[in-house]
Amino acid sequence: MYFETLAAALQMDGHGAFVWSAYLITLGVIAFILYAPKRREKRFLRQLEGQIRRSGGQVAGAIKEV
Amino acid sequence: MWSLFHKFGSPPWLYRLSGSILRWLLPITVIALVVGAVWGVLFTPPDFRQGNSYRIIYIHVPAAVVALAGYYVMAIAGAVSLIWRMKMADVAMRACAPIGAALTFVALVTGSIWGKPTWGTWWVWDARITSMLILFFLYLGVIALYEAYENKELAAKACAVLSLVGTVNIPIIYKSVDWWYSLHQPASIKFTGDTTIDPSMLYPLLFMIISFYALFTCALLLNMRAEILQREQRTAWVRRLAGSGERD
Repeated sequence: MYFETLAAALQMDGHGAFVWSAYLITLGVIAFILYAPKRREKRFLRQLEGQIRRSGGQVAGAIKEV
Repeated sequence: MWSLFHKFGSPPWLYRLSGSILRWLLPITVIALVVGAVWGVLFTPPDFRQGNSYRIIYIHVPAAVVALAGYYVMAIAGAVSLIWRMKMADVAMRACAPIGAALTFVALVTGSIWGKPTWGTWWVWDARITSMLILFFLYLGVIALYEAYENKELAAKACAVLSLVGTVNIPIIYKSVDWWYSLHQPASIKFTGDTTIDPSMLYPLLFMIISFYALFTCALLLNMRAEILQREQRTAWVRRLAGSGERD
């Protein structure tokens, strides 16, 4: 490791706030772009599952066979 | 070749294929991103002029490179959707937009944070940064345009046209640092000519660029899967999937 102590790695000779904040923001965005579609998919399937259960296996609307 | 093309046009086939790809690609991508970030931030020497602030390069450059490449993917998907009216190309085009916008946002924000200690300012209206901002608005434009239309077939056509027209901006972004006087430094990695970055800094950067491409692929597949299910909600295979309670 280039830095000798954890404090040195955090401070980075005065640039730590810039570097770490950039990485934190990127981490947040990456987590969002991976999590958001997964959550959308799960929520949609849960809703559809509820619809199917409520209608006793038959769901209102035309069903296309693929 | 054509049978593969037809297979890609099949929503259930694409949904299942993306599930099996994501099962191994997603964990590998997350590990690669962590390894690349730790390598770049903690194990590389500081830059002789910029000191430690240059370590932002390991997220800024990959995000910018993949945001640009993502636009080409979106435009190609738009062209395929326009020419062959392939539904899955339309799905891919729509899936690219939020990922591209997010990566362009990362490139702009990390660039701005990097600019403060390096140039003494958060923002400057120079050619590279302004053209990247236009790229961000193009991505947002595609998202907004799709939502603006009630008729989704028409929306897809309009988005495809906007995507194709917007490709004009990509070479401008690439060449902006050569064509205009700019605070932004010229490219350090060159396909032709000498790369002006030390190997100890170059390898983690290349590693992160590959990791960001993998990230884009994962996010694209995840977005496409969610979009496919919503579009195909009236089909028997989606009903069966929801009814069985199976989740990939």
